[in-house]
Amino acid sequence: MAGTFLQQTEGRYGALPTWFWKGTKLIATIAVTILGLLLITFFISHVIPVDPVLAVVGDRASQSTYDKMFIEMGLDKPLWQQFFFYVEKVLSGNLGNSFLTKKPVFDDLARAFPATLELATVSILIGTLVGIPLGVLSAVKSGTLTDQIVRVIGLIGYSVPIFWLGLLGLLVFYAKLSWISGPGRIDIEFEYNVTRTTGLLLIDSAMQGQWDAFRNVVSHITLPASLLGYYSLAYISRMTRSFMQTELAQEYIITARVKGVPEWRIIWVHALRNAAVPLVTVIALSYAGLLEGSVLTETVFAWPGLGLYLTNSLQVADMNAVLGGTLLIGVIFIALNLLSDLLYTLLDPRVRRRVGQR
Amino acid sequence: MTAPISRREWLLTEQPASRRQARLGQTYRTWLALRANRLAMFGLFIIMALVLISVFAPLLVRYDPLTGGDLRTGRLLPPSWDHPMGTDDLARDIYSRVIYGSRLTLMVVALVAVIATPIGLAVGTTAGYLGGWVDNVLMRVTDIFLAFPRLILALAFVSALGPGIENAIIAIAITSWPPYARLARAETLTIREADFINAIRLQGASSARILWGHITPLCLSSVIVRVTLDMAGIILTAAGLGFLGLGAQPPQPEWGAMVATGRRFIIDQWWVATMPGIAIFLVSLGFNLLGDGLRDVLDPKAADSHNEP
Repeated sequence: MAGTFLQQTEGRYGALPTWFWKGTKLIATIAVTILGLLLITFFISHVIPVDPVLAVVGDRASQSTYDKMFIEMGLDKPLWQQFFFYVEKVLSGNLGNSFLTKKPVFDDLARAFPATLELATVSILIGTLVGIPLGVLSAVKSGTLTDQIVRVIGLIGYSVPIFWLGLLGLLVFYAKLSWISGPGRIDIEFEYNVTRTTGLLLIDSAMQGQWDAFRNVVSHITLPASLLGYYSLAYISRMTRSFMQTELAQEYIITARVKGVPEWRIIWVHALRNAAVPLVTVIALSYAGLLEGSVLTETVFAWPGLGLYLTNSLQVADMNAVLGGTLLIGVIFIALNLLSDLLYTLLDPRVRRRVGQR
Repeated sequence: MTAPISRREWLLTEQPASRRQARLGQTYRTWLALRANRLAMFGLFIIMALVLISVFAPLLVRYDPLTGGDLRTGRLLPPSWDHPMGTDDLARDIYSRVIYGSRLTLMVVALVAVIATPIGLAVGTTAGYLGGWVDNVLMRVTDIFLAFPRLILALAFVSALGPGIENAIIAIAITSWPPYARLARAETLTIREADFINAIRLQGASSARILWGHITPLCLSSVIVRVTLDMAGIILTAAGLGFLGLGAQPPQPEWGAMVATGRRFIIDQWWVATMPGIAIFLVSLGFNLLGDGLRDVLDPKAADSHNEP
């Protein structure tokens, strides 16, 4: 459907450059998808609840609060008009107030986001740095015991409930062995020493030269990031294996072997470089997948990010906060998917040329 | 007169005499290939065990899963001969609860499959067969659902519907159909222009008839395989919802919720959270192992491209 649209418009408005139409189409796709996200959150907040007002203000609200909210949510208007208002409100950055924190949801989310970003970034680094070598190893030794072991490690990563593994990790490494710090991002004694410029505590504390605080942050982030990293490792190593197997079966590999290129160079330079292009897509998608894992991990580790904010709001049925968080995660998810598409186009010369010719 | 042939030969024949024989032979070949995969067989064993345990649950336990023992002496007992997995904070036998929890897990998996598969099939085949704007609209809707991570969307739905196992099942089903729709659409596109479909169309069959009578049955098997591959994910999502207090409500013995209970006692009474977690892990591992093997056998080429987290 994408192709036909493009061709039609080109035929009709041939005077305008291709990139213009491509850009327009991209923006239209994003706009439609985001409108769709809003439609779903609107549906969840305005249509499903028997009494949407009650879902926002809670059952202990006074009659005047209730009436005020009833008008504010526009429930006296027809549904399509309510949706229109809703979109207008959200697009102007107004996600309503949180019932729990009494602050605008937008500000809450902005505060929680860096924590999740930091956790997810460290996790994806761990997942990539361990997952790719494992996948390569598995592809090279395809069919052997090593391959089987890597496969089982991956399958266990898919299968284990991450919240449970987190609890066990806390039990063993924090309570019994005291190797790491417990729940939270940073100990209370350092909490107010570090000025938050980026909100990423690893970077903030390092920039301010507060190495004690930095060490403390590292000791807090290690376990949750390793767990999430393991979760993404499963997917990354499996895909690396598959891409590497495809590359190693190519003729240029045989040529390299005949030429006498050392085996390690063939694997780690020749083959991996070509496998790296689709891998970038995989890593971007895993990064998005971590958002999902982070909800449960953050709950277990009391990590003050989006996930914890979402679950805390869920406990008290704080709909504005829940839907604000859902929407933000949806938008990040779309952005990462888009990014992975774009990276793929940019990095693969074959795709790049095809797009250029069109 | 031909010599009587063994059942095995009948199944593996190169010239099946009937459609039934061909189909059974195909199934048998798949089974033979799958049987050679030891990991997949282990997965199948776990799943069979799960089914048997949930069927015979009352015979396997000595204590009631819902009512506890003596609150003064029976709380938080460590694993022992009498209580193989210890007891929880309400003096209930954890072993009995884990055993009965298998019923809830099976129910969730079965109901999600029963709800999500038809939705995915209907959307996918309709979009693929009719094409044009219908295809555009339906696939856009599918993409929008795919734009949320599954657990997050399920959380949002449950928060609006209210916590509870039924609502959790509905929420998981609502969030799991889009991949099935995509698959069914892709299959339909390859079948749509086949000669036999054209032949039926020339005989005057309606679109609805072609869709339901001829295209859907052909898409069914690949969608069912895909659903099987997703079972582990469904179990983990359900357990995650339970852990967050949004799935089955107390006193139901849902594994995720049991882990959540044990969270408070994790330091001193490790068994309360550990035991149900092992159950979740084993069952989801079983489905993953079997799914992995099935994928290798049925679709060697796409073996690695389906399993996105």
